[in-house]
Amino acid sequence: MHFFIQELVNGLTQGSLYALIALGYSMVYGVLKLLNFAHGDLYMVGAFIGYFVIQWFGGPMALSVPVPLVLLVMFVLAGGGVGMLGVAIERFAYRPLRDAPRIAPLITALGVAFLLENTMLLLFGASYRDYNTSAFISFSTGIHIGPLNVDIVRIMVIVLSIVLMFALTVIVNRTKLGRQMRAVASDREAAEMLGINVDYTIAATFFLGSALAGIAGVMAGLVFNQIYTLMGFVAGLKAFTAAVVGGIGSIPGAMLGGMLIGIAESFVTGYISSTYTNLIVFGILIAVMLARPTGLLGRVPLQKV
Amino acid sequence: MSVEPKDPSIGVDEWVARSAQRAEYAPGWRGQAQRRWERIGWWPRLGIAALAGAAVPLLTVNDFQLQIGINALLLALLALGLNISVGWAGLLDLGFIAFYGFGAYGFALLSSNQLSTSGVHLPAYASVPIVMVGAACLGLMVGLPSRRLIGDYLAIITLFFGEAFVEFTNNVATNKLGGPNGIVAIDPYKAFGAQITTNKGYFYLLLILLVLTMAALHLLDTSRTGRAWRAVREDPLAAEMMTIPVNRVKLMAFSFGAVVAALAGTVFAAQQISVFPTDFDTTFLILIYAALILGGAGSIGGAVLGGLILSVTLDGFLRSPTQSGYLFYGVILLTLIVKLRPWWRLIAVVAGTAVFGLVVHAIVHAVSASAVAGGPQSSGWIADLVRNWVVVPRNPAAAGNVGFVLLLGLLIALVQVRGRWRTVLLVPTLYLSVCVWEGRLVTVPAITRQILIGAILIVMMNARPQGLLGSRRVEVV
Repeated sequence: MHFFIQELVNGLTQGSLYALIALGYSMVYGVLKLLNFAHGDLYMVGAFIGYFVIQWFGGPMALSVPVPLVLLVMFVLAGGGVGMLGVAIERFAYRPLRDAPRIAPLITALGVAFLLENTMLLLFGASYRDYNTSAFISFSTGIHIGPLNVDIVRIMVIVLSIVLMFALTVIVNRTKLGRQMRAVASDREAAEMLGINVDYTIAATFFLGSALAGIAGVMAGLVFNQIYTLMGFVAGLKAFTAAVVGGIGSIPGAMLGGMLIGIAESFVTGYISSTYTNLIVFGILIAVMLARPTGLLGRVPLQKV
Repeated sequence: MSVEPKDPSIGVDEWVARSAQRAEYAPGWRGQAQRRWERIGWWPRLGIAALAGAAVPLLTVNDFQLQIGINALLLALLALGLNISVGWAGLLDLGFIAFYGFGAYGFALLSSNQLSTSGVHLPAYASVPIVMVGAACLGLMVGLPSRRLIGDYLAIITLFFGEAFVEFTNNVATNKLGGPNGIVAIDPYKAFGAQITTNKGYFYLLLILLVLTMAALHLLDTSRTGRAWRAVREDPLAAEMMTIPVNRVKLMAFSFGAVVAALAGTVFAAQQISVFPTDFDTTFLILIYAALILGGAGSIGGAVLGGLILSVTLDGFLRSPTQSGYLFYGVILLTLIVKLRPWWRLIAVVAGTAVFGLVVHAIVHAVSASAVAGGPQSSGWIADLVRNWVVVPRNPAAAGNVGFVLLLGLLIALVQVRGRWRTVLLVPTLYLSVCVWEGRLVTVPAITRQILIGAILIVMMNARPQGLLGSRRVEVV
């Protein structure tokens, strides 16, 4: 039972990360109908920004400022920086192709992902880097009941993700920007005719989605300690599937899908074998996509002719 | 950018007029050459290209150059296969690499000691058809989702399939498939007592296979099936209305692509004598995509040309710092000559860059001598030429990284500004790119290569989506 709960918590942690990345995928897909392959790499860039914030404050062993401030700066810089990067990518790689055949922006997205990965490789090398979280956050704080250990970092990640998802829901459902985003997502041309600044709305969507990915990257660094330049690709793949499993374009769907995939992965690792984790998870994903392409919470899109 | 037809004559549809204008020959000797080239028919053209290819081993001096040729032919063959689903049928198949891997692994299992202690050593005329039939079935299986899923969903599910192949070969049945250690000691291509063991032999084998595939695909392209593929690509719904069996046509595209990839895989396995899971990762898939996009999706000649150009460029030139320099400066000069019109702008830019570099070098040198102490990291006469012109500090890596990021920013700015300012901005961009090249990129060819592939995909898609040889798709709204 303890093992079950432990794995569940691990799955929820991993799932929160997937959910945060999946939200960005889902939002971008909603407004542009574009599978942004570079999104996973934005997550990786976020993790690196967090790493350099720690180094900047004197390294994990000798932080010069209080830990909460460091965390705040990490999240803000990673979110803001990666958000801006996302906006830049949209502006320069995707905007010129907005009216091109569907396949063109997809291939461009592949190119952007590849370029981003290898630029980071050029700048920072292929070696693993260590957040060394335990040096400045004590893992002994948190919930400990018998053999069950839920450390403070995991609690923080889960709580913060829920807060972020809630905030995003409010933005999309209650604000003017959210209304514009929904309008652009359902019909871009009609939205434009109604006086919505489509370019601005799409850029804002990219900013929000990318910022979430950047924050997820910092969280990944805090939880798993190790970051590297190729960490984004597979995480991005799984997150996209999380978005699809939940129902693309749906925010609660992305959360649900992310959590489900995180938990599935964690249970496969815990109960079956870590060697087959990816294989089994990919298998589940293919099965879900074939059986219900609209996802759990998605609606069947009506096709106009 | 297409130019609007000057006066659309009455009774001619506007886009017909526009596409006719696009298809018009270029003026002067270029148009004449093109016309003559097109008049000789497709099979003599293919024959001329094949003869030119067959002459290559006579000119090469060593095995290494032949190896580059083999890689280039392999990539061309793969691009041809990818062209079927991506270029003709318009299905984004990101699991294509798995078919290649399947072919290589299938051949490896059927011609090594892997399956049993005494081993299975089938001759090529038995093993290659078996593998190709297997690949066709696998293609059908992977293509099945295309009945329900389109576009991005299909892309992601095929991508999973590709990833799953690497995971599978890495982890499942490691005593048979070898796991990360792969399969080694694979037999060469052998039939009726003869076998191919030299690089020259494999070069000719690949050349023959490539030419045969090109011919077969040309016939396929002009057949009913080929037309059906293009109809499905342009508008599945309309194709369905025209009684084209859309699902069957899509599955056929997957299957044919898989067969071509598997064929390439068998030659790869036989020539390398070993296969590893990492030979079939996403990086290589993106290379195939870059080749196809560069050459022009939808065109047989384009796919082959893209594969050859990309492979020879990346493997041949980017290995040695001197030769990669020829490539780098050559491409820059060529682009400038083609893109900068009229001629005085070209001269102004080149002269401006030279002067700008000298001035910057002088200023930096006056401020700090160590900031220019690094010198070009390449060698050869070009390096000597630019030695006192580029700014490369004593520790070039860190400065090169900063320069690279700056260069990306400048390139983006260059795309944004128009008119005179673009010409002005071109000067520092050119200079900075040379500095970054000499200081950093030339020292890390492996990463430069990947960056180049990513850049090719983005630039081609934005600037010339039809590739070098493809024809621009006519969009009907």
